[in-house]
Formats: sequence, C-alpha cells, structure tokens
Amino acid sequence: MNWETVIGLEVHLQLATRSKLFSGAATAFGAAPNTQACAIDLALPGTLPVLNRAAVEMAIRFGLAVHAEINPISVFERKNYFYPDLPKGYQTTQLARPIVGPGHLDIELTDGGSKRVRIHHAHLEEDAGKSLHEGFHGLSGIDLNRAGTPLIEIVTEPDLASAEEAVAFAKKLHAIVTALSISDGDLSQGSMRFDVNISVRRPGEPLGTRTETKNLNSFRFMERAIHKEVARQIDVLEGGGRVIQETRLYDGDTDSARAMRSKEEANDYRYFPCPDLLPLQVDAELIERLRATQPELPEARRARFVTDYGLSDYDAGQLAGDTATAHYFEAAARAAGDAKLAANWVMGEIAARLNSAELGIGQCPVSPEQLGGLLRRIVDHTLSNAIARQVFEELWRGAAADADSVIEAQGLRQVSDSGAIAAMVDAVIGANAQQVAAYRAAPEAKRPKMLGFFVGQVMKASGGKADPRQVNELVAARLAEDA
Amino acid sequence: MAIQRADIEKLCYLARIDLTEDTAADTAAGINRVLELIDQLRAADTAGIAPLAHPLEETQRLREDRVEEKVDRDALQAVAPAVESGLYLVPRVIE
Repeated sequence: MNWETVIGLEVHLQLATRSKLFSGAATAFGAAPNTQACAIDLALPGTLPVLNRAAVEMAIRFGLAVHAEINPISVFERKNYFYPDLPKGYQTTQLARPIVGPGHLDIELTDGGSKRVRIHHAHLEEDAGKSLHEGFHGLSGIDLNRAGTPLIEIVTEPDLASAEEAVAFAKKLHAIVTALSISDGDLSQGSMRFDVNISVRRPGEPLGTRTETKNLNSFRFMERAIHKEVARQIDVLEGGGRVIQETRLYDGDTDSARAMRSKEEANDYRYFPCPDLLPLQVDAELIERLRATQPELPEARRARFVTDYGLSDYDAGQLAGDTATAHYFEAAARAAGDAKLAANWVMGEIAARLNSAELGIGQCPVSPEQLGGLLRRIVDHTLSNAIARQVFEELWRGAAADADSVIEAQGLRQVSDSGAIAAMVDAVIGANAQQVAAYRAAPEAKRPKMLGFFVGQVMKASGGKADPRQVNELVAARLAEDA
Repeated sequence: MAIQRADIEKLCYLARIDLTEDTAADTAAGINRVLELIDQLRAADTAGIAPLAHPLEETQRLREDRVEEKVDRDALQAVAPAVESGLYLVPRVIE
C-alpha cells in the first residue's frame, strides 16, 4: 500500500533593507563582528524600537505578488525565549494579526500541469544574531550584527506532496522575491531559509504526526532532507512504531539528520502584544501606490518573451525565471537585433561558461552589450558561428573591449567573396579525386551526408572564415557539374 | 481558573527565575488575584467591540530606511563580562 507525503513550508526571507527592522543600524552582510549591532539591537535599557517603512512596503509587495489580503491593521507581538543570540529575551514578531493574510502561488509540475499552493499568511519579524561554537576555549562567541535584520516569514498550508513540489515552490518563491527586489535571494548567505513540516499517511486517512526540519539553506539540502525524513517516517510506521512530533536538524555536509533534544525546544513562547510598538496601520492608498509600481513578475515576463520575441514557451521560461538573467538577455537581444540568437547564446554558451566557472550572471565577464555586438556580426554574416566563438573567447578573457576590435585586429572577417571561395572549393575537389569519384558514384540519397566532407575541408582551408552557406552551395554545384 | 504550584515552577523555568518556597507561594497568590480581575473583565459584554491591541489610540509611526546608527563597538562591549575578537563570549549553549 502507498504512502502519501504531506509537506508545509515556513520560509524566512531576509528583506533587502539598508537598515534594521527597528533600528538605524546597517544590515550589510559580512561586516566585522558586532559593528552593526547598535544599542537598540543589543536591547540596552531605555531603547525603543521604531519600525522601518521599507520593510513594511516590501512585505506588502510580497503580499500583492501572491494575491494575498493585506491586513489594514497588524500587530507586533513578543515571542519569549532565552538564547544568547537574542539580546532582548524575545523576538519581535507577528502572530494573531500578521500584515499579509491568506494568498496563493501556482507551481508547475514535472508532468506539465500546475498546482495551487495556498499561503496561510506572511508576517514581519526580526532575525536573531549568530553563535559561533568553535575556537573559544569552551565558550560560545556571539555576533549580533544580524540581530534585528528584517525578515518576512511565509507560511504555506500543507499543500505540497513531494520533495520535488517543495523545491518547485521554493524556486518559484525565490524568482518572485528577487523580481520584486525585496530580497537578494542569496541562499549561501542565509537570505532565504526553509523550515519543512513533514508527515506521511495512507491515502484517505487523516493527517499523520508531523516533524519539523529546521533551517535548510539550499534547494538541494531541502530536497535531500525531505527524502530522508519521509523514508524515516515510513520505516518507523511500517515497523509498527509511531512518529513523534519533534524538531529535527539536517546536516547537509554529512547528509544526516537528528532530533533536537527537548531542552533545545522551548515551545512555550508566551506571546503577548509588544507594548513598545503601536498597531501598524496600512491604508488603501499605500497599497494602491505599491500595486501600481509592482515590478514585472516572472510569469508575466515569460508570457511577454513569447509574444514580443517569438521565443518558445520553454525558452521563455528558462530566461524569464531569474530576473538578472532576464535583464541580461533583454539587453543582449536589443544590442544584437536578433532575440532568438541572443536567447540561444545566453542559454547555451553563456550558461555553460558561467556554470563551469561557478559564476552568477551578475559576474559574467562579457557584458550583454558586448555579447549583442558580437551577435550583430553573426547576423550580418561578418562572422561564422565558429569564428564568433573565437571572438567570444577573447571577450571572455577580457582581451578586448568589443567584438569589432577583435575582428579588425585578428582579420577574422568572414570570407564571402565568391571568387575566393570558389578557388578554395576547386583546390579541395582537385586534391581529393577519390572522394569525388565516390560521391559521384553514390546514390542521390547518400550524397548530402558525403557533401559534409568537402565543406569541412573548404572551411578548414579558409581557417573557418568562409561563409558556410556559400561553401555548401558552391561545393554542391561544382560536384554536380561534371557528373 | 486558579494557578497551581506546578504552573509557577514552569513559569520560573521559562523565565529563568529562582524563587524560594515562600516567594513561590506569595507569587501564586498574587497571580491568582490578577486572574480574578481578568475573570471579572471576561464577564463584561464585549460583543461588537474590536479587540484593543494597545491602550494608546494611535498607530505606529514609521522611520525611513536609512543607516543612522554609528556603532562604537568598544564602548558597547565595555559592559560585557567577556569579549574576544569582537564577539561577546557566553557559556557554551550546545554540547
């Protein structure tokens, strides 16, 4: 008998504000320890929080993007627990009245269908600091730079049925928040962290007992952690045991998970409304202003790429999903004057090179304008594809400012002078009497394939500079002549 | 509902407070008096009245997203019992 997997996600998203949620200290990543933790973040006596407008607006933008209700009044509460990276002894968060109410996000499934995932709510809260446990002679070192960094926590309904669906949802969410510019989306720096609630059940039965695996910070770890936990729960149940509701930690480096000790779990948080903060009012005017200035989201962009550039739906999806890639593609397409060619290069050469160099599109050594300039020379037949790759190499190395200067300096202009090409064709045919005889003796159907040999020889003789279209035509004509 | 001794012990653990036997009994009695007041409030008819999140009839003022705090780490860490390499040192929290 089958098991069904039921998954709900809680996503912590760091907002891309310059300053903290409740203080004017900086949020930049990687600063020296405790140089961005001010008196408010440290909870020194007499300090009071003042809410960051940008964080509120980012939360609203997120809500609008997932078709959620924006609550006109939301309330901050204190979630009380003791941990050294939480100086106040409570996290300021929202519980009963979050800023973003129920919404939804549609994900694409591998079978081509789609699925609506309901979002229960999203709320504003502050991040905690970081603890370092190694190298302090038995003590822990605390860096409070991250304390007070604004987060939204996005909570889904348990609508996901597999690791693959959970990852599809996470990636879609990532595409949306980066398109909105409300987060840098840098998972390696903890900008997006996932808690995964997992249970299994027999089809038709009520929900099973769930466990929560906390703090997954990559799509790959999330996928592996879910597979592992689902297998563990099925093992327990098929062995006649019971799943215990617990919090689990997954270690991506060793691909292993363990239950947190109950002492590590302080699940009696004694929430109460924070007396230091007044209710947050969001008026309709602000919501409408933000709605009117929402950036284009990946789904709309994909549709536009199909209609405006004539790309296939698949290619459009590849290019539109990631905002930086989409912008790169559009700039290259503009400069090239040929969107399909630009699309092929961005998804082909550029993607492959970036991948092997482990670079993001933002670090691409070839600017979209440089790529567009190169592609323009393919469009106007100055360069063959093969030579264009050589020129690309120079641009990638940073050896030249643009394609035209490489073409000039290295004399790479494609030979499209038919006299010069004809001479090369004649030379190749003269030097390969045996192959010529074989070609002429071959049945019609086999000839096109054999033609490739001669074309290849001519291209080689030209140093790759002959226009292949012309070479093909001339070789075919010449071989047909004396037959 | 009256608060029991076990509730006081749990609250003490959660709040990291040690109470002596005598104080624990006094505290339980004190909290129970507050709960009685709350029970009286509960008896009032509040149908149609919006819950009050804050006694001030104001809403939250917002600040612009600007970095305005200069952090003088040395001054702030002068009150800490132990620091090293810019980090606050605390008793180890994991094993």
